[in-house]
Amino acid sequence: MSEQTSINNNLPQGFKGLTSDFGSDQTAFKGVNWGKAMMWIFLLSDTFIFSCFLISYMKVRASVVAEWPYPSEVFALDVGGVPVPLLLIAIMTFVLITSSGTMALAVKYGYEKNKKLCGMFLLFTALGGLTFVGMQAFEWSKLIFHEGVRPWGNPFGAAQFGSFFFMITGFHGTHVSIGVIFLFIFSRKAFRGDFDTGKKGFFTSMKSDYVAIEILGLYWHFVDLVWVFIFAFFYLW
Amino acid sequence: MSEDYYDSNTSYKAQSSETISSGSGSVSDIDYVKPKEVPDQELYHGHSFITKYIFCQDAKVIGVQYTLTAVFTGIIGLILSWMMRMQLGFPELFPVLTSETYYQFVTMHGMIMVVYLLTALFLGGFGNYLIPLMVGARDMVFPYVNMVSYWMFFVAVLVLMASFFVPGGPTGAGWTLYPPQTLLEGTPGSGIGIMLMLISLALFVIGFTMGGLNYVITILQARTRGMTLMRMPLTVWGIFTATILALLAFPALFVGAIMMSLDKLLGTSFFMPTIIQAGEMLEYGGGSPILFQHLFWFFGHPEVYIVALPAFGIVSDLISVHARKNIFGYRMMVWAIVAIGAISFFVWAHHMYVSGMSPWFGFFFATTTLIIAIPTAMKVYNWVLTLWKGNIRMNVVMLFCLGFLITFVNGGITGLFLGNVAVDVPLSDTYFVIAHFHMVMGIAPVLVILGAIYHWFPLVTGRFLDEKLGKWHFWITFLGSYSIYFPMHYLGFIGVPRRYFEMYDSPYMTSAVGMNQFISLAAFIVGAAQFIFLFNIIKSLKIGKLADKNPWKANSLEWYTPNVPPVHGNWGDKLPVVHRWPYDYNVPGAKEDFIPQTTPPSEVKDTGVEKT
Repeated sequence: MSEQTSINNNLPQGFKGLTSDFGSDQTAFKGVNWGKAMMWIFLLSDTFIFSCFLISYMKVRASVVAEWPYPSEVFALDVGGVPVPLLLIAIMTFVLITSSGTMALAVKYGYEKNKKLCGMFLLFTALGGLTFVGMQAFEWSKLIFHEGVRPWGNPFGAAQFGSFFFMITGFHGTHVSIGVIFLFIFSRKAFRGDFDTGKKGFFTSMKSDYVAIEILGLYWHFVDLVWVFIFAFFYLW
Repeated sequence: MSEDYYDSNTSYKAQSSETISSGSGSVSDIDYVKPKEVPDQELYHGHSFITKYIFCQDAKVIGVQYTLTAVFTGIIGLILSWMMRMQLGFPELFPVLTSETYYQFVTMHGMIMVVYLLTALFLGGFGNYLIPLMVGARDMVFPYVNMVSYWMFFVAVLVLMASFFVPGGPTGAGWTLYPPQTLLEGTPGSGIGIMLMLISLALFVIGFTMGGLNYVITILQARTRGMTLMRMPLTVWGIFTATILALLAFPALFVGAIMMSLDKLLGTSFFMPTIIQAGEMLEYGGGSPILFQHLFWFFGHPEVYIVALPAFGIVSDLISVHARKNIFGYRMMVWAIVAIGAISFFVWAHHMYVSGMSPWFGFFFATTTLIIAIPTAMKVYNWVLTLWKGNIRMNVVMLFCLGFLITFVNGGITGLFLGNVAVDVPLSDTYFVIAHFHMVMGIAPVLVILGAIYHWFPLVTGRFLDEKLGKWHFWITFLGSYSIYFPMHYLGFIGVPRRYFEMYDSPYMTSAVGMNQFISLAAFIVGAAQFIFLFNIIKSLKIGKLADKNPWKANSLEWYTPNVPPVHGNWGDKLPVVHRWPYDYNVPGAKEDFIPQTTPPSEVKDTGVEKT
């Protein structure tokens, strides 16, 4: 690896650096791990999925003739008889964004080879994600059982409101859940010291490395970022 | 820019002479090549039959698996087309075919050929086999994910095939699956059939994403020493750009499939407007059928280039090798591939001129569509100029390349007709459209695939395909496909509509009866010729002429593995080092008419070779 760092130090910067990297042999992104590059490209592809969802939502919302439900009322939470708009969503968003912070710390402690703190912060992140999914389940059940919102219709207005809401938050929630599963697995691996010993993966038989935590982190931050857009388009619009 | 960067950087020279202790060639050769940046890849070597040939992580085996599965589905698509032609040419002769089965066959034929044959074969088959070999990698970067990719594809094919056996049969909505008619009861297979189609597509997208990430990262991050992007064979460029397109275009199909299955299963109304079926008001209301068309074609148009770009790349390499000339305008070819890929994301609504849109919108999409003809035409000129004064070997591979060139020009020119709104509107939904896209994205890429199989068969198996049978195969296929699709242009002009089960006594039919029968006969013969090809493959596997190493005297890396056919890990102990592009053919002063990519500069000092 010392060879690689010496190359990195010699690289030209700026636009000249860009052209020289892409004009060079072996790698286009110098010093970037394969898995990390792969995650970036995957996230680009995933961005297109979420964009298609959100643009479809905007299109239908713009063209549907029935009245669109008023989000402040639909998503309000009753606190002592007073409907407080956006309360639950604010908490959910706060939890998810905080879990991004703990994820960043996990990456930092991972690279410092501090397996205890790394595993701990991975666990915190996983619990944050789990809380988010739990609150989402609460929100869904409230909408379904108390407000009577269904994917095919709702008492507030346009039927597509429920359709898009359940589909998009469901798809995002699936992303979070997958992330939570991996966070738990990685946390266990970190505590066990797999990333220090380079234990071979059960399925892939590839060596474990702390860079895997950064890759998982990329995914996790992406899922948070997507939530910000869903939040804006569903709850604030 | 990078050149003076090498020269000014003295630390490389010192380092490289240390790292190359066991290397061949003198130190001065190596000076051009930077030291190794990425650690050598660990590979899982299978020991049992199952890990070696079934759940195998070797990209080459996965490539062959993809190819065989795709060809198998392709044969089913071919048989379906026979049935359709039987009905169109000789309506009363085959009473088993009802209008329902006819539409189901049309739908399945389209989807199978576009997605499960062409996409899977070009990217999954050729991509897996050739990318690691051509860029000098030991394998794909994530062999395990690559293996899962194939098995997802396999399951997707199984699900698709299962729809033939469920109650109601497969969906008969046409391969575009336009709602609302896809989900209405009058459409065959609107129950389980359409669900299986959507599930199969979603599985295909997931599986493809796994493979596609592998192809992209292998090309970007796992090339061997000396292999710059501009030294890659155009095959790799074509597959690379097509994979990027696929990674960005398939999401739209995926989303469309999810939304449509929710419309079907949960009764949501994403795509379903207020609608009355058989005098009964349905529960649906307020959805937008046009939205599905946009999602579908945002996938569908790049999909055309997902199929075409690998074909462009592969045919460039085949022409160059078999005309013994460097490809004309290599960099122009690369940028044309990239430009076509980029523009292909801005043309999708030219499939929707008759769906109803603002005239300005149509104007925009007509303009972008015609712009894409520029880089495409550049490529055609460059192929022709590569052939110009080349030392052309008139073997089967070259025949298929020439067949591609003619067919592609033909199909491309009718594309210009259809790209214009004013010309498209009267021609749309006629046989002219059928003729156009079968020429440009059916026959043309298939001719490349066949040529490529004749070209790389010795690499994969160590034996040649039979040349004589190959020539029969080519001429029947080429002349036969022209007999099928050329008359269809005229059918289109006289107004014969497509997707009609039967024309009965309409004026279209009475004047076109003879032509339709002729087309059908030609289709039967062309289809049968493909079985000659399959026979050729099976025969040649057993008793084909043995090929020596690098039988075509090609330059690119895949022919320079220590073992032919290459084994797992591809390169033995030492990765190859690349010093030039793969197109140094007939260089003045060189001993032979080709200089392999691995030949260091010191060995070709006194020749007219250019620095690449």
